[in-house]
Amino acid sequence: MSQLAGLPLIDEFRDGVLARKLAADIAREARSDREYHFMEFCGGHTHALCRYGLMELLPRHVRMVHGPGCPVCVLPMGRLQQAIDLAMKPNVILCAYGDLMRVPGKDRQSLLSAKARGAAVKLVLGSGEALRIARENPTKEVVFFAIGFETTTPTTAVALRAARDGGMTNFSVLCNHVLTPSALSAILASDQVKVDGVVGPGHVSTIIGSAPYERFGTEHHLPIVIAGFEPIDLLASILMLVRQVNEGRHEVENQFTRAVNREGNVLAQKLVDETLMLRDSFEWRGLGAIAASALKVRPAFAAWDAEVKFSLEDQVVKDHPACACGDILRGVKRPTDCKIFATACTPDHPMGACMVSPEGSCSAYFLYGRGRQSAPQERAS
Amino acid sequence: MCLGIPARIVELRDGGMAVAEVGTVRQRVSLALLEGVQVGDFVIVHVGYALTRLDAHEAARTLEVLRAAS
Ligand code: SF4
Repeated sequence: MSQLAGLPLIDEFRDGVLARKLAADIAREARSDREYHFMEFCGGHTHALCRYGLMELLPRHVRMVHGPGCPVCVLPMGRLQQAIDLAMKPNVILCAYGDLMRVPGKDRQSLLSAKARGAAVKLVLGSGEALRIARENPTKEVVFFAIGFETTTPTTAVALRAARDGGMTNFSVLCNHVLTPSALSAILASDQVKVDGVVGPGHVSTIIGSAPYERFGTEHHLPIVIAGFEPIDLLASILMLVRQVNEGRHEVENQFTRAVNREGNVLAQKLVDETLMLRDSFEWRGLGAIAASALKVRPAFAAWDAEVKFSLEDQVVKDHPACACGDILRGVKRPTDCKIFATACTPDHPMGACMVSPEGSCSAYFLYGRGRQSAPQERAS
Repeated sequence: MCLGIPARIVELRDGGMAVAEVGTVRQRVSLALLEGVQVGDFVIVHVGYALTRLDAHEAARTLEVLRAAS
């Protein structure tokens, strides 16, 4: 019995009988004279696909392409290095999400290794904890290393507002928030991967709503289905995509109606807009520089902007030459295509972010044993 | 990081905070991003914040439609 038993919003969406029925529907409706390439944008979806063995339930000609929706994975090493450098300053406490601690940066340094060398690095569960640490340490400069897609951004906005309202002078944010639709555009524009439809990110969409994806239907003729994170959600969404392709439709459909609507969370959007603004351009690991794809702190909140406070410069740090994270994030390669997957690179000794992050594709393949067997998609090719 | 967890609000606290229950685990969550939350509501919790309500009625409807369709 799962720990979450009794929650109708979880257990029933893991129903094996319904899952097999949906898989049978997909197998019946997917035409055998063509292939279907669907990208799941979000790393949470990649993990659910691997964890529940859902790709094994799909017919061979329905292939999943893993997208770049892992916030830790797309963070370029130069930005990570800024945080490591800040953490090494004697008066700074750097607060970071746990997922970031072991990500290898320049010369395989990490926040964790910086901590071992005496840097004050604190693992936090969220921005609220970083604020508390700042209040408890008035003589220290507390920097919150803010990363994430639209799901996480509003929680940074709340902290910026709280810092201003509380007149805090020892708290600042190193802002690395990135935008889902911009990354999707960049991947579609690159022509490196073939995508017939997109499983849209469910949690991001609780905040931004389904409306921002509508242009992909009109401009790129791309079907999108916004999906929840349980096995039934994913299979139902893949079936909806198969049907859109078969019928020549390219719409934004919402499978995750229990959490997502067209408008999103307007209160959260307002908070983000009040505190943060678009950057002209931002460097993504794997995807390169993308115009209007990330947010920075607004000048009105400059007193809480770590980039301003510490006069930070952009840094360029190259990825480990053997690491294929970049290609994996673009959907061009799969984790098992990387030469050092599960050999020189494991969760205990990660060479790239995709192996560290709980949402990274390499970690999903490693954890759920996909490295030891070839995926059905690959067998078919 | 982008992961959110479905949870049920079991207690409202001062300062825009609440206690949410995920299975048997209880967690303090901020309600700064969601107005009008009541005890008993289902929400998605992410990095310590309730992001959105989960509509139990809509969930039941989704399942019903999937089970009915052949
Ligand atoms: S297996 Fe490791 S080195 Fe290879 S792409 Fe994944 S994270 Fe990078």
